[in-house]
Amino acid sequence: MRIGPSVKGSGPAGGGPQPIQAYPRLMQQRPRALVVRTAGINRDAELLRAFKLAGADAEAVHLDRLIAEPDRIDEYAIIGFPGGFSYGDDVASGRIMAMHARERLWDRFSGAVERGALVIGVCNGFQVMVQMGLLPGPIGKSPVQRVALTENTGARFVNKWVRMIPEPGSKCVWTRGLEGAVEPELLMFPSAHGEGRFVADSPETLDELEAGGQVALRYEENFNGSERSIAGICDPSGRVFGLMPHPEDFVHWNRHPWWTRLTEHERSGSPPGLRLFQNAVEAASSPVGARA
Amino acid sequence: MTTAATLVVRFEVRPRPGAGDPRGDDLVRRAWEIGVRLTAARAARVYLIEGDLSDEQVETIRTRLLTDPVVEVSELGASEPVPESATVEVHPLPGVMDPTAQSVRDAVLALTGTEVRVSTGWRYDLEGVDASEAEDLARRLVANPVINAIHAAPFHPEALPSGTPAEFRVMRVPIRDLDDAGLEKLSREGHLFLDLAEMRTIREHYAAQGREPTDIELETLAQTWSEHCVHKTLKSTISYTGPLESDAIDWSARPGHEKSGATEITVRNLLKSTVAAATHELIAEGIDWTLSVFVDNAGIIRFDDETAVCVKVETHNHPSALEPYGGAATGIGGCIRDIIGTGLAARPIASTDVFCVAHPDTEDIPAGCIPPRRVLTEVVAGVRDYGNRMGIPTVNGAVLFDNRYIGNPLVFCGCVGVLPTDLIEGHAKPGDLIVALGGRTGRDGIHGATFSSAELTDTHADEFAHAVQIGNAIEEKRVLDAILRARDEAGGPLFSAITDCGAGGFSSAVGEMGERIGASVTLDSAPLKYGGLTYTEIWISEAQERMVLAVPASNLDRLREICDEEHVELAVLGEFGTPDRELVLSFQGEEVGRLSMEFLHEGLPTPTRSASWSPSPTPKAGSESDPDVNGAVLALLAHPDIASKHFIIRQYDHDVQGNTVVKPLMGARAIGPADSSVIEPNPGTGRGLAIGCGVQTGVGDPRVGGDPYQMALGAIDECVRNLVCVGADPDRIAILDNFCWPSCKKPENLGSLVRAAEGCYDGAKAYRTPFVSGKDSLNNQFTTEDGRTIEIPPTLLITGIGVVPDLDRCVTSDAKRPGNTLIVVGQGETPPTAMGGSRYQSLFGLTERDDPATPRVDLEAGPRTARAVASLIRAGLVESAHDISDGGLLVAVAELLIGGHKPGAPLGAELELPGHDDTGLSAAFCESPSRYLLEVCAARLPEIEKLLGSTPWVHIGAIDESGRLGWAGAGLDLDVEELTHAWRGTLNW
Repeated sequence: MRIGPSVKGSGPAGGGPQPIQAYPRLMQQRPRALVVRTAGINRDAELLRAFKLAGADAEAVHLDRLIAEPDRIDEYAIIGFPGGFSYGDDVASGRIMAMHARERLWDRFSGAVERGALVIGVCNGFQVMVQMGLLPGPIGKSPVQRVALTENTGARFVNKWVRMIPEPGSKCVWTRGLEGAVEPELLMFPSAHGEGRFVADSPETLDELEAGGQVALRYEENFNGSERSIAGICDPSGRVFGLMPHPEDFVHWNRHPWWTRLTEHERSGSPPGLRLFQNAVEAASSPVGARA
Repeated sequence: MTTAATLVVRFEVRPRPGAGDPRGDDLVRRAWEIGVRLTAARAARVYLIEGDLSDEQVETIRTRLLTDPVVEVSELGASEPVPESATVEVHPLPGVMDPTAQSVRDAVLALTGTEVRVSTGWRYDLEGVDASEAEDLARRLVANPVINAIHAAPFHPEALPSGTPAEFRVMRVPIRDLDDAGLEKLSREGHLFLDLAEMRTIREHYAAQGREPTDIELETLAQTWSEHCVHKTLKSTISYTGPLESDAIDWSARPGHEKSGATEITVRNLLKSTVAAATHELIAEGIDWTLSVFVDNAGIIRFDDETAVCVKVETHNHPSALEPYGGAATGIGGCIRDIIGTGLAARPIASTDVFCVAHPDTEDIPAGCIPPRRVLTEVVAGVRDYGNRMGIPTVNGAVLFDNRYIGNPLVFCGCVGVLPTDLIEGHAKPGDLIVALGGRTGRDGIHGATFSSAELTDTHADEFAHAVQIGNAIEEKRVLDAILRARDEAGGPLFSAITDCGAGGFSSAVGEMGERIGASVTLDSAPLKYGGLTYTEIWISEAQERMVLAVPASNLDRLREICDEEHVELAVLGEFGTPDRELVLSFQGEEVGRLSMEFLHEGLPTPTRSASWSPSPTPKAGSESDPDVNGAVLALLAHPDIASKHFIIRQYDHDVQGNTVVKPLMGARAIGPADSSVIEPNPGTGRGLAIGCGVQTGVGDPRVGGDPYQMALGAIDECVRNLVCVGADPDRIAILDNFCWPSCKKPENLGSLVRAAEGCYDGAKAYRTPFVSGKDSLNNQFTTEDGRTIEIPPTLLITGIGVVPDLDRCVTSDAKRPGNTLIVVGQGETPPTAMGGSRYQSLFGLTERDDPATPRVDLEAGPRTARAVASLIRAGLVESAHDISDGGLLVAVAELLIGGHKPGAPLGAELELPGHDDTGLSAAFCESPSRYLLEVCAARLPEIEKLLGSTPWVHIGAIDESGRLGWAGAGLDLDVEELTHAWRGTLNW
């Protein structure tokens, strides 16, 4: 089933932020979402907002608190690792946060993946997830890192909105239905990173990701030099997802860089960023075994 | 240096072969840009870790913390040099902030349980250069001797440097018996930068006390009385001499002004009588939405019923001249702290930056100056690295180029914050604890406040290296997170006042907060980065990322809990309130200073300063003929002031927080320039805040006969235009002033400052835009080693914030659709002609036929036009809007097309500019103020005409699908792609 306003033409007119749609079924059972924050994380508020707009009960919890009370992780159907500069991105982006999470909470986070939790890492969160070994998966007994997000080829931080090409046949639950939901040229997310170049440990790993439907999104313009233009990947279940661009920054139409050129018709329905989170809330609300 | 028993382990981490080396490649690129034929470069990160670590722990650190298994390789010690290459290493000097080292130290402790000390650096293996060329290249591109050591071989010390405890004794400075020469010598050699009158006042004060001051008392006075902290020039009494009759300024009936003859007038407290007077008069006339003006760290206005917005813009010029990266980073860091320290703490939502530098291709660079291209790229990197890490979108700015900024570049950093309307005021109460939060105190930034108030010379880099600092944004982010939690506690804020530690360090922060009640401080309590600081250094250090709070004792435990959770260090320095309203300082149980708050804050002598003004002559025409119109348009678009700043904008995160509705670059290809940016502070409400600026240095430039009075009016007008063009309500605009002037000890410079301030008064009154805050920097000039003084052109930045009532009505500057009509509002059938100070003049000169006057603002028409345009936008009649400013009308139209055009959906325009047959071509490039270029639907012209009423406007052409900009009457015909290329090519770094 599809949740959210039907694709086109039924949203409120105008480009302003739209009221949160009420979905009776979800109102009764809003899934709980955890946003993991720590020193230097700075897009936690946006991730919270995106989860809430999509229909989840979301809260941000400090990594130290989770280390002190690891049981809490088991309470959430959805887990998000937000963007930012955790611990200053000192040493490398996401390195120190990944170290803390891997050394202290590997069992909990890998357990969450195994029980079918929906997990997303955006930008710094994606960097953390790959260094923890949560992506690309599958999860083993001990953490293994197989891919990396390293310095852009231009050796510089870049902030711009980039076109996303959803991978046909991807297993990713988060990006379901993204293709065709809006005009292709509107399917954009802002990128804001200096270390987002996707690199795998071998060409075989890349082949495996492609063959297994684990590539979720590619860049139309490969501005950071990622291998095979990969912008986002998921685990073999499709429920664990990481990407460099920021869908949580495109949950209102008037954040698009040419929204003042769009017609009311073009600006109706859920913006592509919100759609991702709605997909996750929907998946979290359905029993794991029942998913397509 | 002391040698510890433990050894230093050296780790080298570099990209795995085949995984790319962007940092090395970038160095090659930058070397070629400055003519060094580097053939290859490899970069490696170096970590020096000192501690009692087992081999196993070292391996754990190497593999689990320092090395990425997919893209990096690492080894212990130093790797073999690459054959045929030179090795150079760059490490921070002892005491220079090294954020990565701090993070690694904490991470190693978490990973291994062992306390270590850490230092980090970079190794470069450079091919195609010899050892001395390599060192030279490092100095020019990746190291600054002010903060870095450069090593010609891998650096592996036996121990990391550590401070040695300072010997403590109270220093008394004999002053009572000094003569004038002695006072001046003490001021200069002690880096107090106090003038003779001030030194005499201090001498008399201590003579009356019957004792000599301690060093810390003198330093406290010097910090508190510095131009940087107290704005003594702007607050002083000024005797202004110049023509008062038939002047552009109407000198009659100005508040705080008293005429004493036909050519002389006395101004009591210039700031209060101009900038602040305008605000207070506007408030008296009924403006009820300002909430706090001129008293706090930032000005505050009402945004909606629950939300207030505060705004502040600072300059950080002198530190940026010596170390552009650190100077700009700590500049934005300091301005963000101003916002955090406003009211009972605000949450920063946007940053701005404006830079003034010399032309990037300048070859004549005086000794002691950093080349302008490096200055610009590094100040941008500084703002980028600090602002992005803080998670605050940098959304608005400008860059201005003029060779008079060569030794004294200007770096303006602004920040906007939000706070609940019921938390806009805080006061320290007697008994409140003085609590310092955040970074530790070190020897960095000593004398920043006094240094910034001095004049730069070629030897300043040696003399004032200690005033330069590197920031640690994550420390500040943690502090922000902790403070917002402490503010939003269910039972109300845990603190009764807050301010930032900026210029002057604890001395200014505690001195200001305790001004009315006194304070006693135990200096031993401040956490230090390393041993060896004297009590005075602790007191005046401007170490970054520190805030001072006044905390009721009963709230301390809860505050400490929050700080522990957020990894923020908290220290109780003392207590507010003393019986006699004094500042009492002690160290190791001994009193080291005691100053009355009254003398500290009110003892500063206010001598009368002389100011004079005589209009500078308008230069004679220097050109024989008009340039070719096509070439002129392309050259203007390529002018660095006008050219696209995408290389800067794209490095700043302007989307973080997810609330940026109008971004700096918008339009069909997201490359069109926005006049202002718009933020939605409370997402989902549809109400926005526009952030823009105006600066009109050319209009005030003495070299073209300019008048700083008109420059100020022009800057206010431009700021209002920029805000109105995106949809701001002109009746909800608040503005800030930032004066950057050459030495105002010179009467001519003070005279020009007075005129600019008078312009601020008249402009704010006419536009009904209250000033809510401001800042000045009045010693911006550079003295070369041969004694030549280069004064910057007087520079006034006006920053504005305006409420956008309905985000749906936001307008951007990109051309929208073929068939639409282009009109100019604010201009009638007869075009303006004043060409003085224009970019056109700077490129082509003027002919006899051109009008060499500098533009003037009509204070009746300007505000009326702004409101007329706003009414059109509010009525939904405007499809795109762009302010006509730098480069004039044709440049504005070109930018409109650049924003709206894209291959596959071309847009063009055919123009017919009325009245230009009579005035010559140059008038199409006139930068006359109060004009708006609008794209409207032709069918709605009758409605538009009706709404505009008596406001003049003129039809100038139409949008078409040609992909060309044409004006047949003048022979203009250019492809929009060509326009785009010219505009984006100059600063495509």
